[in-house]
Parts: sequence; structure tokens; C-alpha cells
Amino acid sequence: MKYETVIGMEIHVELSTETKMFCGCANAFGAGENTLCCPVCAGLPGTLPVINAAAVDYCIMAGLATNCEITRHSLMDRKNYHYPDLTKGFQTSQLYYPLCRNGYVDIETGTGVKRIGIREIHMEEDAGKLVHPDGQSCSRVDYNRAGVPLIEIVTQPDMRSAEEGRVFLETLRNILLCIGISDCKMQEGSLRCDVNISVRPEGSEELGTRTETKNLNSFRSAGRAIEYEAARQVDVIEGGGRVVQQTLRYDDATGTTSALRSKEDSHDYRYFPEPDLMPIVVDEDWIARIRERLPELPETKRIRYERELGIPGRDARMLSSSRRLSAIFETAMAAGAAPRAAANWLIGDLMRMLKDRLLDTEEIGFSGEDLAALIALIDKGTISSTAGRQVLEGMLDTGKPPSKLVEELGLTQISDADALREIVKQIVRDNPKPAADYRAGKKKAMAFFTGQAMKRTKGKANPVLLQELFAKELKK
Amino acid sequence: MQLYEYTAHELRSLLRSGEVSAAETAEALLDRIAGTDPQLNAYITVLGDAALEQAGEADSLLKAGDGGALCGVPVGIKDNICIRGVRTTCASRMLENFSPPYDANVIELLRAQGSVFLGKCNMDEFAMGSSTETSYFGPVRNPHDLSRVPGGSSGGSAAAVAAGSAVVAIGSDTGGSIRQPASLCGVVGMKPTYGMVSRYGLVAFASSLDQIGPLARSVRDCAMVLDAIVKGDSRDTTSIMDAQDGFEARLETDMKGKRVGLPREYFAQGVDEEVRDAVLEAAKTFESMGAVCEECSLPLAEYALVAYYLVSSAEASSNLARYDGVRYGYRAHGAKDHEEMFVRSRSEGFGREVKRRIMLGAYVLSAGYYDAYYKKAQQVRTLIMRDYAALFNKYDFLLTPASPTTAWKEGARIDDPLRMYAADMCTVPVNIAGLPALVLPCGRGEGGLPIGMQIIGPARSDALVLGAGYAYEQAAGGGALRPVEVGGGQG
Repeated sequence: MKYETVIGMEIHVELSTETKMFCGCANAFGAGENTLCCPVCAGLPGTLPVINAAAVDYCIMAGLATNCEITRHSLMDRKNYHYPDLTKGFQTSQLYYPLCRNGYVDIETGTGVKRIGIREIHMEEDAGKLVHPDGQSCSRVDYNRAGVPLIEIVTQPDMRSAEEGRVFLETLRNILLCIGISDCKMQEGSLRCDVNISVRPEGSEELGTRTETKNLNSFRSAGRAIEYEAARQVDVIEGGGRVVQQTLRYDDATGTTSALRSKEDSHDYRYFPEPDLMPIVVDEDWIARIRERLPELPETKRIRYERELGIPGRDARMLSSSRRLSAIFETAMAAGAAPRAAANWLIGDLMRMLKDRLLDTEEIGFSGEDLAALIALIDKGTISSTAGRQVLEGMLDTGKPPSKLVEELGLTQISDADALREIVKQIVRDNPKPAADYRAGKKKAMAFFTGQAMKRTKGKANPVLLQELFAKELKK
Repeated sequence: MQLYEYTAHELRSLLRSGEVSAAETAEALLDRIAGTDPQLNAYITVLGDAALEQAGEADSLLKAGDGGALCGVPVGIKDNICIRGVRTTCASRMLENFSPPYDANVIELLRAQGSVFLGKCNMDEFAMGSSTETSYFGPVRNPHDLSRVPGGSSGGSAAAVAAGSAVVAIGSDTGGSIRQPASLCGVVGMKPTYGMVSRYGLVAFASSLDQIGPLARSVRDCAMVLDAIVKGDSRDTTSIMDAQDGFEARLETDMKGKRVGLPREYFAQGVDEEVRDAVLEAAKTFESMGAVCEECSLPLAEYALVAYYLVSSAEASSNLARYDGVRYGYRAHGAKDHEEMFVRSRSEGFGREVKRRIMLGAYVLSAGYYDAYYKKAQQVRTLIMRDYAALFNKYDFLLTPASPTTAWKEGARIDDPLRMYAADMCTVPVNIAGLPALVLPCGRGEGGLPIGMQIIGPARSDALVLGAGYAYEQAAGGGALRPVEVGGGQG
């Protein structure tokens, strides 16, 4: 029997506000243990929360960027449970009236464009972190993260494959990066994803029993976890068993999932409206203000690149999906680069270089001005395209400007016919067989000769000039 | 007259004229505490040297003509209100050694006045109780009769004011915790409109009901304290930001044409006859001043008590979840993991009544019961608010008993929670609706025990409520109750 995988996601995103959700403490990563705490986020008796309006703004931005309805009268709720990293014995979250509802994100996979529904986006606060010092029988708690604002994005169960899951995550991350509300680093935990997976016989309308997989620390591991868990469920069913509703932990090293807890021991969180905070009332003006602040979203960008700049569809999508890439692209154009040339360098050569170095587009260190300068050097004939690739690598690895790299690497193109003529003569003399072939009409042999000349000049010879010189020499 | 016998407004004149110093006043109060507290147990912590130091500063302010109306006035603070560096126990073993690193908003405001903090007053554990018998630090006794309870939960504050071991005191009122002990101890107590006084620094019991207020020996003193502590506070988002002060300046005596409602449900079954008679007598006093008194009805009042215990316990179960032994407070030692540490710390750190409320609260919030209990209680709450609003279309204020009985014998109800909870029947509906209410003495019952009446006004009518109380006080020839001789009737 063929099975269909049904996937929904819950994605926690740490907001990059200046301060925490309910107090004035700095919201920062990597500070000394318990140095970013105050009586409020430490939950001392008698303290009260005051909601950070910037966090509400950010959540509304996320909602608008994912086509959600904004709840006009929203409430915070308390989610009650005990854990040492939780300072108040409850997490302030939203259950009954989440701030954003009923949105969607369009994704594009190999099979085309698909719409993934967003059920809701709600606000909540993060907890602290347990630290287990090596060789000691105690645990310590670091509350720097306690009270950091989060949004939780809950999708509809609209994804059907690991690829769709991965692409959705990438698309969503690109949107969130574009609107600038989070740095979305999965490794640092500023974007955390739990995946709900179930399988059902193809054609069936009924949903199967789902499991929830946690501990996914990259998009790749999310994809692998979906594949593994869907296959595991199919095996269980094929083997005559039943899938048990439970929470699983994904182990990236082994590529497998293991049970964390079953439904039976799931918590009763005893949610109720937070009495210490007033309702969040969002009026039209507020929404309009946020809408004005929203930058051009990836999808709008893509359409503009295609229609106004004539960038081919696939390239336009790639350029627009990454905030960093599109920023470089646009500054390069502003600095005078032709759109197609800029796009070609970014999509073709740069992408390959990033892949070789296992880098993300966010980690590109050079600017759009640098790219425009590189393109200008080639256009002016100062360097060859081949040398241009070397310069681009240098830009990526060292961040130095192209003119400096050209100088350092000695890449200035040799366009002096006198300087090249001696080399050309010598190559023809040393290679009588290919020369004879060429004269006999095998024009392909030209590539051999220019290749040899490039080798000797370390790629600096002007290729057009070389061809001219070889043609003349071989006629003799 | 002894220095400890003066009211705050009398002291203000004496201090400002230089007839007495803040230092000698503080000493007199500390002496009075030393003399009475072995019997009363009204204080958990007495701030001897710190109080004298504050008094010295107050004297400098007074000399310079600075300081507020309460400059140099010795105040008792309920032990659920944070004073920086002073242990704040909530009368619980859980917080026996907890010392907050910050001042509550009311403390900041009182400091700005130049008030002198005498100490932290005893109370029911985490303000859960109506008799101040649930304190980890032992029960408080009623100064009128040491074998009787002072009411609760601000029993320490009320007993101290009644006995003259505080000139005024700050209490908190979640379901009557200022007003009911004020009634049982024969002093004046006020619960302001919800949101009037910032809750920042008040250790939460039930967030949507808790309100800080004064206990004193005159209505004017209550108004003076409110003038000091009513101020919008951005740290408490439920705080009213545009509250009008000048409560003392707005005290009025003219009751002519005022319409006074007497809701019959407050005079019904369960209310002692002597209490009913005393309050009806007070109504006659209002009539003699030209007010029109009339029986009316608040039909949903009977559900208020149930709604109150559901909502307050639910919020308490969550508010008290932070006491887990991890960061501060009592921690059980020798636990093998954090879960055992939580369970044992909470089991050993909390007293019986607190655990009862946490369990009740957790139950009413749990899956499958939320709609039937918590949500329904909140709906009842809305209906009660509407009932009150309808009454206030017809009446300027309502007059009711403050407690269905006078002070009862210590131990008489402690094992009967339902009877204990019934002690709050007159005060609880006011918190449920967030209204201001003033309690003041209106007579004596059997054994000379004080009887209190309650004046309830619409939201934000705190000045009107104080005015009505002041008018009564004047008409009844009062205005300055004198401390009682501990255990021996009025001194």
C-alpha cells in the first residue's frame, strides 16, 4: 500500500527586541550566567509584568508577513507547570486569543507552488536554561533567557513530504529575516521547530495518529527526521501495529527518533487568562503603522526582479528569498552593475562557493558595492572573467575589496600583444601535432592553445587577444 | 495623653509645630509595641533601629519644612508588602528568610512622605484566612479580648492600630482582609477601588482581587494615607493612571439628599441580630443628617462568596507556583532530584490553609473543569458587577454590615473552613466587583466587642465613600478613636 505523510509544524522564534518581554532587561545571547536578570524576570514575589510593546509589534509584523488576521482584542494566558528553569511556575503565553490567525505562506518545490496554512501565531516568553557542570552532581540555572520574547507559529497539517517541510522552513525563515524580527539561528536556538507527523493510506481523508518530534537543530535534520519518522510509522502499521501518540526526540548523530514522553503523562497546563496584564487591544491605526514599517517581502521582490529587471524566474526566486543576497544584489545595481551580470555572479559562482564552504547566504561578508566594482573591472578588461572568479573567492574569504585582491594576486590582464606574441610563438613551436591538426581544419585545437597560454600566464592573458595571435601564428 | 494615642492627623499638627519630634514619637510607638506585642503578636518583625533612623531623617525634613502629610508618622506594614532589605515573610515558613531587593510602590511613596516604618505586621499565611490564625509565626490576638481573633488576614495591622502599637497601618484586601479585621478590632479600614493603589511589591494572592489600603483610627487618617499612596504606576498595568487625589481635602459632611441603599441580602440569615441592629442604627444617623435610606436588593450577592473562592484560589494556585525552593525561600534538603525537591519544599514550606487553596485552585483550572468552575465564576462576577452598577444608578452608596458577627474565640472555626469562609460574606462581593469600601465602627455588641459597618460606593468613588464615613464619624461624635487597653476594653 502507498502512504501519504501529513506534516504540521510548531515553530518557536526568539524575537530580537532590545529588551525582554515583561521587563527592561537586555535581550542578548551569550552574556555571563544570570547577568541579564532583574526582580521581574527572576519572578521575585510582588513583581508584576509589563508587556513590551515592541514584542507585540514584531508579532503583528510576523502575522502580516504571513497573511494572518490580527486579533483585535487579544489576551495573555498563564500556562502552569513546574520546572527549575521557569521562574514564576507558569509561562505567560496565549491560548484562547492568539494575536494572529488564519494566514498562509506559499512555497515552491520541484513540483510547483503550494500554499501552507498558518493556523496561528501567538506570543509567549522563553524560560531559562539548565546548566549541568561536568563531574558535579548538581545543576545550575541560568535565567538570562527567562522572559525573552518568543512567537510560536503553528501551521495547518498541509505539508506532505520532507522536501515540503524543509522548503517551508526555509521560506518562513527568509520571511522572518526579511522583516528583521529575529536572527533565526537554529543552532543557537533562536528558531526551534517541532514537527507533527502522521501517515495515512494514500487517498484517505482521515488523519492518522500523529507524533511530535523535537530537537531539530537544522533544516537538514528537520527533513531527515520527517523521512525517518514517516518510514518508521509506515513500518509500524505494515507490521500490524498502531502508531502511539507521543513526543519524540530526534538524534541528529544516528538519524533516529526515540520516545520522550507519551500522551498519558502529558501535562494539564491549567491555562487561564493572565490577571496581571490588560487585554492587548490592536486598532486599525496600529496595524496600519506596522504595515508601513514592513519591508518589501521576498514574494513581492521576486515578482519585481522578474518583471522589471528581466531576471529569470528561478534566479529571481533565489535572489529574493535571501535577505542578504537581495541586499547585495540591490546595492550592486545602485552602484552601477547591470542586473543580469550581478544576478549571474550571485546565483552561479557565488552559490557554488558557498556550498563548498558550507556557508549560508547570511554569512556573506562583502558588499554590493564590492560586487559592482568586480563587474566593472571585468567590463573594463582589467581582469578576465576567469580571474574574476578568483577575486570573488578572495572577497568571500577575506572580505578585501576587489581592486586590492587584483593587486595582491597579480591578476591584471595582459592585453599587450608584444608581450604575448613570444609566448604564442613558442607554444606553436613546441606543439607541432596540434598545430598540424588546426591547419588541417580541426578548429577545436584552438582551445588547447589558449589553455596552454593561460597556464603560462597564470590566467592573466586577455583571451580574445590570445585567439587573434594564435590564429595569425598558425596561418604561417 | 500618651504619644502613641494620637491619630495621624493630630500627630501631623504636633510634629509640624515642633511640639513633639518624630524621634520621640517613634520611641513611644516602639515602647508601646514592646509593651503590647508579647500578648498581641501583631508584628512579625519590629524595625527598632531602622525606624529610629527614619524618624531622625523625618525630623530633619520637618525642621526644613519639607516632607509629606505623613512625615514622621509611624506606620505598620503588612508582611506581604516588600521593603528593601527587610524580610518579607507573608507569615509563611516558605518565605521565613526572604528579603526582597526592592521596595513596593507604596513603600516608595511612603518613604517620599517621610513616614517611619515600625515593622512588618502579622497576617494569615499568604493572606489566606479570616482570623490571622494561619500565620506560621503564631496567631494574633484581638486587643479587645485576648481570647478572641482579630479577624484577618490583616489581623496584625488591625490589632496594632487598635492597640496603639501603630498610628496607621497598611494592609491588603483580597476578600475583606482589611475591612473584616478593622471591623473586629474596632478601627477604620478602607479598600480602595481596584487599581487605585499599585500592587507592585505586594506579594500576590489573587491578582484580580488584591488591593492595598489603610487601617487607622479615623477616617481622616485613611484619607491622608490614600493621598500618599494613590498614584498611577507604570509597573502595574492594572493601576489606574489618572486617579484624582486630594482625598483629605474632599472629605465632606453634607449628607443632605444622599440616597443610601441597604441591600437586604447583607442583613439576612447568618448576620447576628446585634450587628444588624447596629448598622440599622447607623442608617438612622445618616437619615438624621438628611440622607434617604432605603432597602434594596443585590440578588446575586449569595453567589459572590462561591465565585470569590473559585477565582481567588485559581489565581493563588498559579501565583504561589513560584515558591519551589529553587531561587529563594524554603528548600527541603536531601532530595534526590528536582521534582522531589519541589514536592518536599512546598509540602513543608506551606501551611494547611495555603495548601487547601492551592489544591482547590488547581482543581478548578484543570482540564474539563475550567468551564464549569473558573469560567462560570468569572461570568458570575460580571453579573454581580452589573447588579451593583444598577444599584448605583439609584443610590449614592450602600450601607451594610462589615462582618456578620463580632470577633469569635480563637480556635472556634479553624477546623471548619466553610464557617471560616462565611466570615467574608459581607466583604467579598466588593472585591468581586472591584469597588471601594470603607469600614468603620458603629457600635458594640455583647461583651463590648466592636461592630463595624461598611460603606460601598461605585468604582472610583473613593472620595465619596470616605466622605460618607467622615460625616458619620462627625455625627457620632468621633473622629479620633483612642487605643484600647490591651485585653481590657477602651482606654
